Amino acid sequence: MKKVTLLVLLLSISLFASGTIEGEIEKQPLNISAIIMFLLFVGGTLGITYWAAKRTKTAKDFYTAGGGITGFQNGMAIAGDYMSAASFLGISGLVYLAGYDGLIYSIGFLVGWPVILFLISERLRNLGKYTFADVAAYRLKQAPIRTLAAFGSIATVILYLIAQMVGAGKLIQLLFGLPYELAVVLVGTLMILYVTFGGMLATTWVQIIKAVLLLSGATFMALAVLYQFDFSLESMFAKAVEVHPKGQAIMEPGGLVSDPISAISLGIALMFGTAGLPHILMRFFTVADAKEARKSVFYATGFIGYFYILTFIIGFGAIIMVLNNPEYLDLAKQAISGGSPILGGKNMAAIHLSHAVGGNFFLGFISAVAFATILAVVSGLTLAGASAISHDLYANVFNKHGEVDEAKEMKVSKIATVVLGIITIFLGIAFEKQNIAFVVGLAFAIAASANFPVLFLSMFWKKLTTRGAVIGGSLGLATAVMLVILGPIVWVQILGNAEAIFPYKYPALFSVTVAFVGIWFFSITDKSPEAAKEIEAFDAQDIRSQTGIGAEGASEH
Amino acid sequence: MTKETVERIQNNPDYQKLVKTRNKFAWTLSIIMLVVYYAFILVIAFDPSLLGAKLGSGVITVGIPIGIAIILIAFVLAGIYVRRANGEFDVLTQQVRDELKEVA
Repeated sequence: MKKVTLLVLLLSISLFASGTIEGEIEKQPLNISAIIMFLLFVGGTLGITYWAAKRTKTAKDFYTAGGGITGFQNGMAIAGDYMSAASFLGISGLVYLAGYDGLIYSIGFLVGWPVILFLISERLRNLGKYTFADVAAYRLKQAPIRTLAAFGSIATVILYLIAQMVGAGKLIQLLFGLPYELAVVLVGTLMILYVTFGGMLATTWVQIIKAVLLLSGATFMALAVLYQFDFSLESMFAKAVEVHPKGQAIMEPGGLVSDPISAISLGIALMFGTAGLPHILMRFFTVADAKEARKSVFYATGFIGYFYILTFIIGFGAIIMVLNNPEYLDLAKQAISGGSPILGGKNMAAIHLSHAVGGNFFLGFISAVAFATILAVVSGLTLAGASAISHDLYANVFNKHGEVDEAKEMKVSKIATVVLGIITIFLGIAFEKQNIAFVVGLAFAIAASANFPVLFLSMFWKKLTTRGAVIGGSLGLATAVMLVILGPIVWVQILGNAEAIFPYKYPALFSVTVAFVGIWFFSITDKSPEAAKEIEAFDAQDIRSQTGIGAEGASEH
Repeated sequence: MTKETVERIQNNPDYQKLVKTRNKFAWTLSIIMLVVYYAFILVIAFDPSLLGAKLGSGVITVGIPIGIAIILIAFVLAGIYVRRANGEFDVLTQQVRDELKEVA
C-alpha cells in the first residue's frame, strides 16, 4: 500500500500547490471540500483495487471478475459505464441550452437497452467468454474475424478515451484549478493502476461506487430544484420559460434534428452503437449465467432511465437558478460576445447548479463525482481495449498454432493496459485545443457499422460466412470513417471547407446499411468449402446460444 | 456438440417450444420498442409542432409526458421480458437440459 499513500500524497501536494503558488486561478477558486471528497474517493477505490488484486489470479478473473458479479451489481456497473461525465454534464447542458432537445437525446440513448435485452444479452452470455469477438468468431475463422473485431474495438475505445480525457482535463482544470496536462496524467495514472492491478473486479466496483454517488447526487439536485416549486412541474417549467431567452420554444423540439434523414440516422447510431460498444458488451461476461445477464440489463435500463429524467430536471433547474445569475456569469466572455454565457460553457450548468442548491460543500461533492465518473469510465474502456489486444489479437490471432499460456496472456493484457494508458495520456494532451465534437459520434458510428452487424448476424443468420463478415464489416467501418470525415463537422468546421461533401452529421443510416448489405452479398456468394462448414456449424451454435448448454460458468471461489 | 446431439435437441419438443415462443416474444417486444421510438423520431422530423402543442393552459407541452412515457415504456418492456424469461423460459430450458442428460 506504500505506493498508494505516496500517490495520494503527491496528489494532495500538487492539488494544494496549484492553489497556493499560482494564487490566481483561471476559473474556479480552489475548493477544499471537493479535493477532500475526491481524495476520499481515490483512497477508497485504490483500497478496492488492492482487495481486488488479491482476488485476481486467472485470466478469467482479470477479464470478467471470475464471472461472479450479480445481475444487480452488473446492472449498476453497466449504468455506470453509460452515465459518463459526457452524458451527465453534456445532456444537462443541452437541456439548459435548448430544453426539450436534451430529452430527445436521452431517449435515443436509452431505447437501445431493452432491444439489447430481448435479442442479444443472453445469447452473448451463452456464447462468449471474455470479449464480443468470442461470439462473432464462434463458428467463423478466428484470425480474420478477431482482427476485424479487435480493430473495431480498439478504434471505438481510443476515440471514446480521447473524448473522456479531453473532457476530464478541462473539467479538472476548471474545478480544481489544476493544469490541464497534470489532470490528464493523473486520470491516466489512476486508470492504469485500477486496471492492471484490480482487473475487471476493481473496474466493476469503481463503476458501482461511482454510479451510486452520481445517482444520489443527481437525485438530491433534482429534489432541491423541485422543492423550490413545491414539487409542481408546471410552475418549474413556467419559471424556466419565463427566464430562458428562447421562451416557450424550450418546451418543444428545436434544431437538434432538423431533417428526417438525420433523425433516423442519429437513432440508428445511438441504438446499434450501444449494442456494439466493446466495454459494455464485455460486461455481459461478468455474470454467472443468462438469467443474471437479463437481470443486469433490466436494472441498467431502470437506472439509466431514472438518471435521464433527473438530468432533464437538473437542466431546467439550471435554467432557473444559474442562467441570469451574476455569480456564474462569464464576464470576460460576455464583454466580447454579449448574451449571458456561464463560466466554463454550457456543460458546466449542472456543476453551477450544485453550488446554487447546496453551496460549496455540495459543489465539492458533485465535482468529485464528476471526476470519479471519468475515472470509472476510462478504466472500463481501457480494460476493453486491452482485452481486444491480449485475448483477440495476441492469444487467438498471433498465437493460433500453439496453446496459449494464460499467465502470459494476462501479462500481455497488463502491458497493453499500460501502453493504452500512456497513449491515451498523450492523445489527451494532443487533442486539448482540438474540436472533438465528432469523436464520440465517430466512436458510435464505428461501433454501429462494424462491430454490431458482424456480432448480430453471427448470432442470427445461418448463412453468414467469414468472407461476408470480414468484407461487409470492413466496408461498414470504412464508410463510417469516410462519411464522418466528409461530413459537416470535420470537413467544414475543422478542415475549413465551405461545404460538406456528405451533408449529414450522422452517417449511421448509410454505413450500417452498407455493412449489412455487404455482409449479406459476400456471404451468399461465398461457395467455398469452408463457408459450407461454417453454415453447418450454425445449428450447434444456435442451440448453445438459446439454452446455454456448454456455456462458460462462473469460476469457483 | 455432435451432429446426433444437435439433431436430438432440435427434435426435442420442449426445445422447439422454447425457441418458438421466446423468439416470437422477443421480436414482438423489440418491434414495439422500435415502433414507439421511431414514431417519436419521425414526428420530430416531420411535424415537431405536434409535440410542441400545449397540454392545458400552462406551459407544459404534449412532448413532455410523451418523452417521459417512452422512458417508462422502455423500463416496463424490459421488466415484462425478464419476468417471463426468468420464469417460463428458464423452466423450459432446464427441461431441455434434463432430457438431454437422461439420454446421455
